[in-house]
Amino acid sequence: MKELVVLSGKGGTGKTSIVGSFAALAKGKVLADCDVDAADLHLLLSPSVKQESEFWSGRVAVIDEEKCTQCGLCQELCHFKAITDFKVDPISCEGCGYCYHACPVEAITMKESMSGHWFISDTRYGPLVHARLGIAQENSGKLVAVVRQQAKQIAEEKSLDYIISDGPPGIGCPVVSSLSGADLALLVTEPTLSGMHDLERVLGVCRHFGVPALVCINKYDLNEENTRQIESNCLSQGVKVEGRIPFDNVVTRSIVQGVPVVDYSDGRVTREIKRMWDILSMMLRNGSKG
Amino acid sequence: MVISVASGKGGTGKTLVATSLALSLKDREKVQLLDCDVEEPNAHLFLKPTFTHSKTVSIPIPKVDEERCAYCGKCAEACHFNAIAVMKEKVLIFRELCHGCGVCSYVCPESAISEDGREIGVVELGYSDGVRFVQGTLIVGEPIAPPVIREVKESAGRGGIVIIDVPPGTSCPVVEAVKGSDFCILVTEPTPFGLNDLALAVETMRELDIPCGVILNRAGVGNGKVEEYCKKEGIPILLTIPLDTEIARLYSRGITLAEGMPEWKEHFLALFNRIREITNERISSAKR
Repeated sequence: MKELVVLSGKGGTGKTSIVGSFAALAKGKVLADCDVDAADLHLLLSPSVKQESEFWSGRVAVIDEEKCTQCGLCQELCHFKAITDFKVDPISCEGCGYCYHACPVEAITMKESMSGHWFISDTRYGPLVHARLGIAQENSGKLVAVVRQQAKQIAEEKSLDYIISDGPPGIGCPVVSSLSGADLALLVTEPTLSGMHDLERVLGVCRHFGVPALVCINKYDLNEENTRQIESNCLSQGVKVEGRIPFDNVVTRSIVQGVPVVDYSDGRVTREIKRMWDILSMMLRNGSKG
Repeated sequence: MVISVASGKGGTGKTLVATSLALSLKDREKVQLLDCDVEEPNAHLFLKPTFTHSKTVSIPIPKVDEERCAYCGKCAEACHFNAIAVMKEKVLIFRELCHGCGVCSYVCPESAISEDGREIGVVELGYSDGVRFVQGTLIVGEPIAPPVIREVKESAGRGGIVIIDVPPGTSCPVVEAVKGSDFCILVTEPTPFGLNDLALAVETMRELDIPCGVILNRAGVGNGKVEEYCKKEGIPILLTIPLDTEIARLYSRGITLAEGMPEWKEHFLALFNRIREITNERISSAKR
């Protein structure tokens, strides 16, 4: 079983449209939506939820007003400035428990909190594991780890060939959690200065965690000079550019219809995504050496 | 006044809006732009600032004095982030997992743990054509962004208009970036993805009690569901930017709307006036 994760650094470059299309093209796979903050893959796959589980991970400090002597020690010690006027701001509190250990009158307790849900669903393309982090909650990295672990379990039970994950934007904790230990990363970029800058950073993260990476340039014809620049930057780092998807409103129209673009049109976008999946699936089968 | 520019979904045009708003306002107001998208800071590509100061951001991580350590394991027990493991005669610190809370050194009965700075990012300050500019950059490979965001916000000068470019999503980095704002602009696009993530962003702002309004970008593709949603929820649509290949091309070269299509300056000024009205109304109704 091989795991492919689709990342981008910059948001909105087309990760979910590509993963949705791979869902339609790949045989024998489980899908994982690792963008637990702002999950969108379900909008293309219309899942029916088979199993829903609560995600308990966070905890926050609570001060018992009756016991509190207002000595102010907790406020002084908290590294996250989460306590003011002897009250804890649950949004700033990281749940570390420093105040709980330090309070001389034991007025502070740590309350467990539910920080989200995760789901196992059926879709017309196969099983999907997805999640929903609670609003303004922490621990998105841990929830991503749960999603990947569940996807892996399904892949093992059903002897599936691939896990295909839709990753979050950025390079921080949920990205690290989506990437570490994956077999191959597909990095979707666009020929804009922002896209190029962010690609360099996410490539750095792949190197840092030793995951081989391939690049796909979406909307490549928006600025062909920038596209050439991306290609030469990648070449000089020994990274292959395996896809060049043209700018076409058909992608947006397919999103509005709620279907992957490869099931919506036979045009040039679809042809290029199909070509890309053929290459990627071959690489995954052959040990994914980018 | 602090105005943050957020979105839920990535790539909807936050940076384009934040930089265009800053440049449209700079002749009238004292303006600062804080790039709090420290994982992928991009505003500098548009404003091309000259940086005059920079400082590193560190978080305290534990350093164990093995001479003193009795391997009792209290530190590992207290650590909520699983960043310490105590073996028979060895203490392992997983630096990337450490949030720098300091609880381990506090609970250690042998006073064997001191705090060592671990560099996770950098904050740079400068100016771009009259706009004071602050950006934070998380070091590649580091997972924890909020301390860098906090440092960017603490480096903001006093007074004037502060515009914050917020990272995408709805979790801790977003909360850290928007906290304390007087108003939040939510940039979205008229697609099911845009709508789904807008609704999450609106819920986040309500949780934080920050008033918000919407900018609809790339209008013309997609459907009318975002407008329906905003109407139903009573959220004002403050500005509509059409889907226009010319705008996309300017953006690809790092050119803001205020520079590339100066007629947009007026729209951004009107947007600012509208935001000022909304926040003033809110202040006066709170006083009543």
